[in-house]
Amino acid sequence: MNSFDAFKDPKLCRALLDRLLAEADQPLRFMEVCGTHTVSIFQSGLRSLLPATITHVTGPGCPVCVTHESEVACFLELAKRDDVIIATFGDLMRVPGPKGKSLKTAQADGARVEIVYSPIDALAVAAANPGRTVVFLGVGFETTAPAVAATIRLAREQNLKNFRVLCFHKLVPPALEALLADPETNIDAFILPGHVSAIIGAAPYAFLADRYHVPSVITGFEPLDILSALLEIVAMRKSGQPAVVNAYTRVVADSGNPVARAVMDEVFVPVDALWRGLGLLPGSGLVIREAFADFDAMRLPGVTLPDAPPLAGCRCGEVLKGKMAPNECPLFDKACTPATPVGPCMVSTEGGCAAFYKYKLDL
Amino acid sequence: MCLAVPMEVIAINDKIADVEIGGVTRQVRLDLIDAAPALGDFVIVHAGFAIRRMDRDDAMETIKLFQEGLGLELI
Repeated sequence: MNSFDAFKDPKLCRALLDRLLAEADQPLRFMEVCGTHTVSIFQSGLRSLLPATITHVTGPGCPVCVTHESEVACFLELAKRDDVIIATFGDLMRVPGPKGKSLKTAQADGARVEIVYSPIDALAVAAANPGRTVVFLGVGFETTAPAVAATIRLAREQNLKNFRVLCFHKLVPPALEALLADPETNIDAFILPGHVSAIIGAAPYAFLADRYHVPSVITGFEPLDILSALLEIVAMRKSGQPAVVNAYTRVVADSGNPVARAVMDEVFVPVDALWRGLGLLPGSGLVIREAFADFDAMRLPGVTLPDAPPLAGCRCGEVLKGKMAPNECPLFDKACTPATPVGPCMVSTEGGCAAFYKYKLDL
Repeated sequence: MCLAVPMEVIAINDKIADVEIGGVTRQVRLDLIDAAPALGDFVIVHAGFAIRRMDRDDAMETIKLFQEGLGLELI
């Protein structure tokens, strides 16, 4: 058995689960803030096996889901321009904007939208289409932002004049702070996102324990990673000594990845940013620095962040804060299904509503 | 979206590496990695970039600690 498969070894997981069942004697509401964790907890069956005392809450960990209504309206406006080609990760295609529009419907209306696997692929689209401006939609957390920053640097090296990024990247720690500052969220502990942490390291989370006395564990995505993180959390709560524990040391250095952070810092600067459901959070987003203004789609003439009303009836905002379970939303599995999604949490495969729907464990 | 996959480095050419997992090969950029990988290393790949070298010894050590802690035989 190789070292990776061992992290889902049934015998080992069962033994950890038994220990967790024995030790989790007080109520624990934990939140994960990473779409990959959401999917893993459902897909592995862990959610249905957890002790009755432990409640899994899925938070604002899906970048597509937290992209604000105004940001969606902004890129849909841009997609209408004849001289623009939108390049995007596939996740954004069906995210609904005002009046039921999405990139998918924009495409049907004649917009040019190219799905790319990597932002680098968007550079090739730009090189092949010199008469148009290729706009890559920069959505994602700290895992993704360095890749987009490196792509902007490459665009400059390649002297590409028709490549720009619409930068809606967001930062995880400010969102955690906003959740804890809200007295209604009742979060006892966090499981922290493994690949965001691979970039930022452990230090940016210190405030969770220091100021809010909430224990948290950086962990990976296999069942063993998640079970061991929960055991660690239970132990910290018993000892009354909350801390930030890095349990994903095979990938995450406590200091993160300083090279990736340097690239990100060279190209982007933090600003206050809008999150769906969470509103305007201080220092929670990234914009392109003046030095790279020529690659900033936000600086194209006429591009604005329009006011956009929340989607009618959609409770994604409450779901993203963990205040409402997806199946408590009146639209869930009625007006809102993966085939007919009303809000982004049902669109994205990493969204809490989509995961609930797919696995339907609590219905 | 932060999905990232461990892939094995099979060739390195300056800032680009060929990586492979389960018969699938891709090219990834090495601009962001903080420790240069060697052939045979596993790197964590996200959106066409290698973002970290995976420490296999550390992975084995973690498993071993669990097995010992839980009184299980080594697998």
